Amino acid sequence: MDIEDDPDYDIFRDDEDDPDAQISRENDSTKEYVVYLVDASSKMFNTTCPSSSPEEGNKEDEAESHFQIALSSISHSLKAQIINKSYDQVAICFFNTRERKNLQDLNGVYVFNVADRDYLDRPTARLIKEFDNLEESFSKNIGSQHGVMPGTRENPLYNAIWVAQALLRKGSAKTVDKRILLFTNEDDPFGRVTGAIKSDMTRTTLQRAKDTQDLGITIELLPLSCPNEIFDISKFYADLIGLEGDDLVNFMASAGNKLEDMKDQLRKRMFTKRRVNKFKFTLVDGVSIDLNSYALIRPTVPGSITWLDSVTNRPLKSERNFFCADTGALVEESTTRFHPYKSQNIVFSTKELSEIKRVATGHLNLLGFKPLSYLRDYYNLKPSTFLYPSDESTEGSMCTFIALHRSMIQLNRFAVAFSGSSSRPQMVALISQDEVIQSGVQIEPPGMHMIYLPYSDDIRLIEERYSDTSGAVTKASDDQIKKAADLIKRVDLKDFSVFQFSNPALQRHYEVLQALALEEDEIPEIKDETLPDEEGMARPRVVRALEEFKTSVYGENYDEESEHGTGKPTEASKKRKAHTEYAMKECENYDWGELADTGKLKDLTVVELKYYLSGHNLPVSGKKEALVSRILTHMGK
Amino acid sequence: MARNKEALLLLLDVGPSMHYVLPEVEKVCSMLVQKKLIYNKYDEVGIVLFGTEDTDNELTTEVGGYQHVVVMKNSKVVDGDIVEALQQLPRGTSDGDFLDAVIVAMDMLIKKFGETNKGKKRLCLITNAQCPIKDPYEGSKEEQVTTIAKQMTAHGMRMESIIIRGTLSQDANKEIIDENDRLLNIFSKETSTRLLYVEDPISLFGALKTRNITPVTVFKGDLELGPKLRIKVLVYKKTQEEKFPTLKKYSDKAPQTDKFATHEVKVDYEYKSAEDPDKVVPPDQRIKGYRYGPQIVPISSAEWDAVKFKPEKGVKLLGFTDSSNILRHQYMKDVYVFIAEPGNTKAVLAVSALSRAMKEMNKVAILRCAWRQGQSNVVIGVLTPNVSDRENIPDSFYFNILPFAEDVREFQFPSFSSFPASCQPNKQQLESAANFIKMLDLAPDGKKEVLLPDFTPNPVLARFYHYLDLKSKHPDASVPPLDYTLRKITEPETNLILQKESVVDSFRRSFELQGNPLKKPRRLLRDKTSDEAGKENITAPPANLIEYKSVKVENIGDLTPVQDFEAMISRRDSPDWVLKAIKDMKNKIFGMVEDSHEGDNYPKALECLIALRKGCILEQEPKQFNDFLKHLYNFCQEKNLQSFCEYLASKGLTLIPKTEAIDSDVTDEEARSFLVKSESKSD
Repeated sequence: MDIEDDPDYDIFRDDEDDPDAQISRENDSTKEYVVYLVDASSKMFNTTCPSSSPEEGNKEDEAESHFQIALSSISHSLKAQIINKSYDQVAICFFNTRERKNLQDLNGVYVFNVADRDYLDRPTARLIKEFDNLEESFSKNIGSQHGVMPGTRENPLYNAIWVAQALLRKGSAKTVDKRILLFTNEDDPFGRVTGAIKSDMTRTTLQRAKDTQDLGITIELLPLSCPNEIFDISKFYADLIGLEGDDLVNFMASAGNKLEDMKDQLRKRMFTKRRVNKFKFTLVDGVSIDLNSYALIRPTVPGSITWLDSVTNRPLKSERNFFCADTGALVEESTTRFHPYKSQNIVFSTKELSEIKRVATGHLNLLGFKPLSYLRDYYNLKPSTFLYPSDESTEGSMCTFIALHRSMIQLNRFAVAFSGSSSRPQMVALISQDEVIQSGVQIEPPGMHMIYLPYSDDIRLIEERYSDTSGAVTKASDDQIKKAADLIKRVDLKDFSVFQFSNPALQRHYEVLQALALEEDEIPEIKDETLPDEEGMARPRVVRALEEFKTSVYGENYDEESEHGTGKPTEASKKRKAHTEYAMKECENYDWGELADTGKLKDLTVVELKYYLSGHNLPVSGKKEALVSRILTHMGK
Repeated sequence: MARNKEALLLLLDVGPSMHYVLPEVEKVCSMLVQKKLIYNKYDEVGIVLFGTEDTDNELTTEVGGYQHVVVMKNSKVVDGDIVEALQQLPRGTSDGDFLDAVIVAMDMLIKKFGETNKGKKRLCLITNAQCPIKDPYEGSKEEQVTTIAKQMTAHGMRMESIIIRGTLSQDANKEIIDENDRLLNIFSKETSTRLLYVEDPISLFGALKTRNITPVTVFKGDLELGPKLRIKVLVYKKTQEEKFPTLKKYSDKAPQTDKFATHEVKVDYEYKSAEDPDKVVPPDQRIKGYRYGPQIVPISSAEWDAVKFKPEKGVKLLGFTDSSNILRHQYMKDVYVFIAEPGNTKAVLAVSALSRAMKEMNKVAILRCAWRQGQSNVVIGVLTPNVSDRENIPDSFYFNILPFAEDVREFQFPSFSSFPASCQPNKQQLESAANFIKMLDLAPDGKKEVLLPDFTPNPVLARFYHYLDLKSKHPDASVPPLDYTLRKITEPETNLILQKESVVDSFRRSFELQGNPLKKPRRLLRDKTSDEAGKENITAPPANLIEYKSVKVENIGDLTPVQDFEAMISRRDSPDWVLKAIKDMKNKIFGMVEDSHEGDNYPKALECLIALRKGCILEQEPKQFNDFLKHLYNFCQEKNLQSFCEYLASKGLTLIPKTEAIDSDVTDEEARSFLVKSESKSD
């Protein structure tokens, strides 16, 4: 079961080592086709649910309709998708609409699209932009109408599922995850009709949904509800999406919550989990449990660069050739490597090299447990990996995992284990994380986080390097600590969470790309959320606390300028300073203008030329000609 | 080139009480020199042994004394000779006096370098310091050590003392140990000495920094608490992964006779237009394109520079927050350390006051950092206090980078409580899990923590350098097994488990883990490819460690049909294996019965039948077995092989009844009587 030897399974493939890695990974990974199916019935446009509770009195906020919430969630997910998973394909489809636009020409269904794009296709800059502006033009171009009304035989929900299914026809179900995400606030779509018509509509719609699911398409419901009118999925939708027992409980956790939370939940549910790896965790000889690992936190970086021909803007194909440096002959990519050692070249085969790295037999071997306080802040190298048990092939994995998980939390321990991955086998710490739910939204999933521990070779002794040989170092007095504590109290970020900042560089990157992709002239300025809150810092109480702390440490008459004197200049900087002063003085002995005009600069020695350069803070590197021309440029000649 | 050239003297105690750890000392010291041969080729190394039988050093000839100290290698530029010397240290016969060795070593360095090479002269002392040092001619031992320490500082020498204790030191005189510890502490206070106590061989391996890396500042400037309050700080990397060395590609094209051949392979990238594959596009005609969805947007570097995000250099405080708001798993990268500008007492105080207050209040600080001017991104991170418990080390902070909103994937997972009762551990199971956790304690009270990352070496690197050295002598050597000591990093300590066998057994019993035949894992395309890759990559691990399941059996062979069948039927990479296993096994059994000569194959066939029966019950395929047995019975009747049926009946083989597999339509009675009945019928 050497799953880890498959490069695709490596959580941390070194992209630097392998230039093709990034692209191949994007192509190989399971793709996802999604149809967003949004109810556009008039009920979705009601703003009867205030966006925040009245006590908070947030009057500036306009009431938001369910339709707006659905649109903003989709817009958010499209923007995330074009960055992270741009090979996935999407279609946006409204039902209960006045106009119709779909391949089957069914009533009440409108597939939204933009130029140069199939209905179900990869998201483009234009799609995102026009979708963002959709709301204004919606009533004009698409229009809303009531859902199923008495006296009609039209069934827009049925039509919508059919259209969605037809859109998802492309791509093999084996390689593509196909999903329909259904946004609605109507828990009983056939509530207004009765009798045979109702039962008939219910039956045919459920059959339609079942047929769709039989084709390997999942239908997910994203119900929108208000506190005063809870979405009752048992009325109709439980049957449609085939929910059972436990799922049902999970499902409506949000009922009766504020709209903000609902948005959060929508956002989270729109992502599907992607497993990175699957492996065995050996607890003791003979007892091992199955785990799935997930990458919950990974740095998002701007996409890879593709080289283009600057004339045609067509992508270029890169070709890699290997040459023997000694003979110049073209060679195949060789499987031998070498390392110089003791003035010899020691040759290794790639097989030997991977054999060296195979130091453990299992994927993850338990070594023992330690108290949580032993996990120091500097034991970190790269982002953690999340582990969740699986009962897929070893019965009882779940139970064993839960027992360990609970006992570790109770005893305040973390586990130390050895992870025998092929890229870098290393010790890891496993921390049990309890589930955290805030107002119906799962903030932290239950499971274990695997933290990659450094080896002694990876830890640097910086603090000891700066130990004071002259004996003791001064530590702060109690009063100073108290003043610092006051300051800390004043500048407190109450509800800080790591989710609150977007990466300004990345935001900027995509703003620029979007503007260029749409050939817009102006690039909108992004707000850098990461800058300190200057207003908050200028509050009198904060300023006072800062002042008091400053006084207690730096004394009354401290000003910034004098502080430069306190740090002792190093030997090197003293020397440099003296040298510059000397050069300045020497420099004055020459009439540089005259020398330059008469072309006599080249008659001076390099040392003399350097007087001028260092005197004027210019670089002194290069050959004599370079120095002369640098002087001339500087004098403007 | 030689700016960071250092001179290192290894002072190794080889006295009798050290003999049992000397193999480890040999390994770690030789690795140190091996690494120098690669990374610091111009460094000098010398070896001074003490506790030896002989005496051989300059001081003894000049002034007398200094018995049992041998200068094994005078300080010289590292070479293979030193590695070899370190690999075979002599075993000494007398008690070592570490102070004598320190003085001899200092004398060597002073004679060789005088006042020069400040800060690049290092002594590394490895001893268990359990033998008394001699009384000085005048004054106390403390005074003598202080004088030596002062000299050491004056000459810019640093010392690293690794003291072997705990389980590694046998019964020793406590008074002497205490006295020696006191003396060593003087060194630690008076000089730049790193004093480490190690208790197990792994720590000894990890304690000695085998590679000298001069730290580089990541940032030097102000920590801005507010517009008017700035603290001068230096920021360094605290952890950084020491990577596996990058090996060059080897070319064997150069003629054997060419002594100056580099054997290197050069890589050349050519960019060709997609339309015309013969046309190479020169660099100045290339432009970078960035992906945005399906579009590729061309932007020249100059354009990009004009519009990209350009933060001002600076480290700014955003605020403080409860440490519980940051979870440990949110740390993103390697870790930084913030220290106050050395020599700036006010800055030292400010850092000290803040870090102590933060620690008391359980607070952390959130910072926004742009380390350099012109950097194209910023980081948000968490500053945590690092309060020093040593007098001569100032307080500092650690800094960990936190994820941005874009970096977090908010997957949702089912609550554990939502799982059926069969997945919920009962009280007894929880108890045995708790006992198990307590039993496998790596940091028991009163004992030194084991597997402390600070003292745990990288086994892969250790193995590589060892192999590299081995190959330099024997080019065809195969990869050596992982060192016994280092194996304790990758596998659980068997002693710990053997000691408390009962706890482990109770844990094992509490959780019945077995292959789950009912649930067939969902087939993913990736699983298949991985299995194929896995097949090729298996290079026999030690035999005792092979889980039988893990070998991919694709056919049932003649030698071990039962094992093959079991392995095949339990393959989980495709549901097809179950049916194939059953089918192949049936054929095998038929073959055996048919080829049997006077029943010689019967026992083997029975074994196979029993295995097949078991497999069919496990995999819920009772009909397969029952039909087969009936078929086999008829077959035997036809071929005049009734003796086989009798044999089976005598061994008690039955059909699979409903009680054993729910899908079976055979009653207990039928099952039992099937062969018996037929037997009597055939009579």
